[in-house]
Amino acid sequence: MLLSLEGATVRFGGRAVLDAVDLGVAEHEIVCVLGPSGSGKSTLLRAVAGLQPLDAGRVVLDGRDQAGVPAHRRGVGLMFQDHQLFPQRDVAGNVAFGLRMRAEPKPQRAARVQELLDLVGLPGAGRRAVAALSGGEQQRVALARALAPSPRLLMLDEPLGQLDRSLRERLVVELRELFGRLGTTVLAVTHDQGEAFALADRVVVMRDGRIAQSGTPLEVWQRPADAFVARFLGFENVVEATVGAEAADTPWGKVPVPEGAPQGTRTLLVRPAGVRLVPADSGLPCTVTARTFKGTHVAVHLQFEDAPRLEAACALRTAPEVGGEVGVEFDPAEIVVLG
Amino acid sequence: MPVAFFAVFFAYPVAAIVARGLKADGGWHLGRIGEVLAQSDVRHVLWFTTWQALVSTALTLVVALPGAYVFARFDFPGKQVLRAVVTVPFVLPTVVVGTAFLALVGRGGLLDELWGVRLDTTVWAILLAHVFFNYAVVVRTVGGLWAQLDPRQEEAARMLGASPLRAWRRVTLPALAPAVAAAALMVFLFTFTSFGVVQILGGPTFSTLEVEIYRQTSEIFDLSTAAVLTLIQFVAVGAILAVHAWTVRRRETALRLVDASVTARRPRGAGQWALLGGVLVSVVLLLVLPLAVLVQRSLDAPGFGYYRALTRQDGGVFLVPPIEAIGNSLSYAVAATLIAVLIGGLAAVALTRRDAGRFVRGFDALLMLPLGVSAVTVGFGFLISLDEPPLDLRSSWILVPLAQALVGVPFVVRTMLPVLRAVDVRLREAASMLGASPWRVWREVDLPMVRRALLIAAGFAFAVSLGEFGATVFIARPDRPTLPVAVARLLGRPGDLNYGQAMALSTMLMVVCAVALLVLERLRTDRTGEF
Repeated sequence: MLLSLEGATVRFGGRAVLDAVDLGVAEHEIVCVLGPSGSGKSTLLRAVAGLQPLDAGRVVLDGRDQAGVPAHRRGVGLMFQDHQLFPQRDVAGNVAFGLRMRAEPKPQRAARVQELLDLVGLPGAGRRAVAALSGGEQQRVALARALAPSPRLLMLDEPLGQLDRSLRERLVVELRELFGRLGTTVLAVTHDQGEAFALADRVVVMRDGRIAQSGTPLEVWQRPADAFVARFLGFENVVEATVGAEAADTPWGKVPVPEGAPQGTRTLLVRPAGVRLVPADSGLPCTVTARTFKGTHVAVHLQFEDAPRLEAACALRTAPEVGGEVGVEFDPAEIVVLG
Repeated sequence: MPVAFFAVFFAYPVAAIVARGLKADGGWHLGRIGEVLAQSDVRHVLWFTTWQALVSTALTLVVALPGAYVFARFDFPGKQVLRAVVTVPFVLPTVVVGTAFLALVGRGGLLDELWGVRLDTTVWAILLAHVFFNYAVVVRTVGGLWAQLDPRQEEAARMLGASPLRAWRRVTLPALAPAVAAAALMVFLFTFTSFGVVQILGGPTFSTLEVEIYRQTSEIFDLSTAAVLTLIQFVAVGAILAVHAWTVRRRETALRLVDASVTARRPRGAGQWALLGGVLVSVVLLLVLPLAVLVQRSLDAPGFGYYRALTRQDGGVFLVPPIEAIGNSLSYAVAATLIAVLIGGLAAVALTRRDAGRFVRGFDALLMLPLGVSAVTVGFGFLISLDEPPLDLRSSWILVPLAQALVGVPFVVRTMLPVLRAVDVRLREAASMLGASPWRVWREVDLPMVRRALLIAAGFAFAVSLGEFGATVFIARPDRPTLPVAVARLLGRPGDLNYGQAMALSTMLMVVCAVALLVLERLRTDRTGEF
């Protein structure tokens, strides 16, 4: 492991913002920490960076305990949420900063700056003032600046947080491709699951200073560890249920479960794609309370008596009108018994 | 290091003079305090000192805040020159300002000649001279920060439904409040301890604590009364500073600072032009007119007679031609500025540390004390405490710059602190993540951002040193007088020639200050040479 946290704990006034966190990042791995604001993910980065002292536990880099090593000697890079470009320096001055700190000779510095600006898609922008850059360009400069000293670990705090959607989607692909090419080890934090899934080899979901789940994007997406992770990923149909051999008792009646699912009182996730609409006289009778256009499909909100709202994904043409009566059947392949 | 500096060159001399005043026959006589306070004329002096300082401060704020706004937000031709013009009065020796106002509103003055108006026997002359002096304090302290405030903050408030006035009151004013408080405090302190101006314009009727201390020391030689008055002033100033430190600390916030050059623009609409016009008129009437009268009087003799008289060594006023005072003043001021910037800069940095303890924060207020303690006391204290082992500096040239630096340090700290505190801490973190050591972080991140404040601070320290009179008059060697000392000596002699020479020297001092400030203004806008 290039980086490992062992029981890392940070308390702010008695409250544990980081609560005995164990986390490892292997060389060339891209790990994305995902969590809502206040889950402690930024504190995690700051602890690794050496900007936030630990109250307990250790940060180990390359097998060496980092206790007492100040931030500027850890050899890790951090890209800040709002970039924090140096306003009084131009683009080249910002990118060259880390190289100057290492007393790199001027010709090498200039070459490296040029190389990095080419890499992030801003060739020839060296003399521009950072105040004159667009948000996306600032992002690229911040990335180039963080990459320039070739840190053994690059950390990104909400790397694409402030950019507009299309730019974000394009950049996240670029970033992944770039890190793959350079072999950079990356630890990123974000609250945006789309960003995390697109960027990461491994996703770590955090909640209240603890790690709720860790796995590949596919694993996390397919089998959320618990109701919190499922809800955080945007799934609405999460209920307590009594799971039997073939079906579970839920507020929505009997719901079939996949074979071999654990039994007993469990949390059940029904993916919207697993909620199939049928004519009103068959299946579970529901009222359509809302429909939201999602681009590729329509999300339909259904109400069955006073059970929790049920979300279904429908094709554009077959989506029922609000106020309509429909029947519902469940597809066991899209149902997950959590925990 | 700043602590040690203050212990040796401030606390020790002050303690020495207080001991000399209160100690007699080997014992302390604290009962003297009560005795002095019981005198009705002392209570009268106290009352006058306080209310004239309050009124002067309020008047200065009213006149100068629009000026601060105009300098911060408007772009107009001649702005740089005007900025220096506004600052010049502040650096003039009090004696010269008093004389200039006497020439304007006194007997046989300009107003007397034109309309028969005389103000020199009223408190208005003092108040006007105080506004004249302190206009720059408000414009520099408040305007300096104002120019760097992001106007978009105000725009955001406007979009939330606030009227322009309300947006200003809710967004800009709170951000400016620490600077306004700092400026108001400075003005109050200067006017509270006003010496030369009151001495000349106050006549026998009006006397501040400082004048009274000087009178007791130099005319009546009643050292113990002077010491008691010093103590009273000390306590009053300490109380004001404590309150100020408390209010400022409560309001410290990280501000959104932007480059000052992007916030200024051409005035738009009749209202803004009228505001600009009003400020210009008030500057001309209040600041330029007295100086113009001063220059005019210095040229009253045919063929620059007063100036030519300066190069001659006669009349017995000095051991050297008065003209040499210029060189003395300049070299003293340079040394004093270096000391003040070094000590003040270190202190400001120490005060910015997040983990600054109670002790360090108390030091914040302590640094302001030399401003509040009379310069006369400092000078006299230097004279009696630093003339014998272990510290015999009486014959050393460094004594004068040291005293002047003591007065300059608070300016440096006051100017640098608001800006240093407003530097985003994450910018420092970004630098340290890129491998910059703490010292490097300061040099690479803080220094470029405070360079402007540092230059302004240095300019202030330089100007204050040039114009410093109260302390210098005690310790300057007779063969090495500074400009203000030379002016005062000339003024103290009868005759048109001496008066005219004083006017000529003052004019030259004014020119030196103006040139120094213009150079600083140029430096300030020079944004090249990053590495």
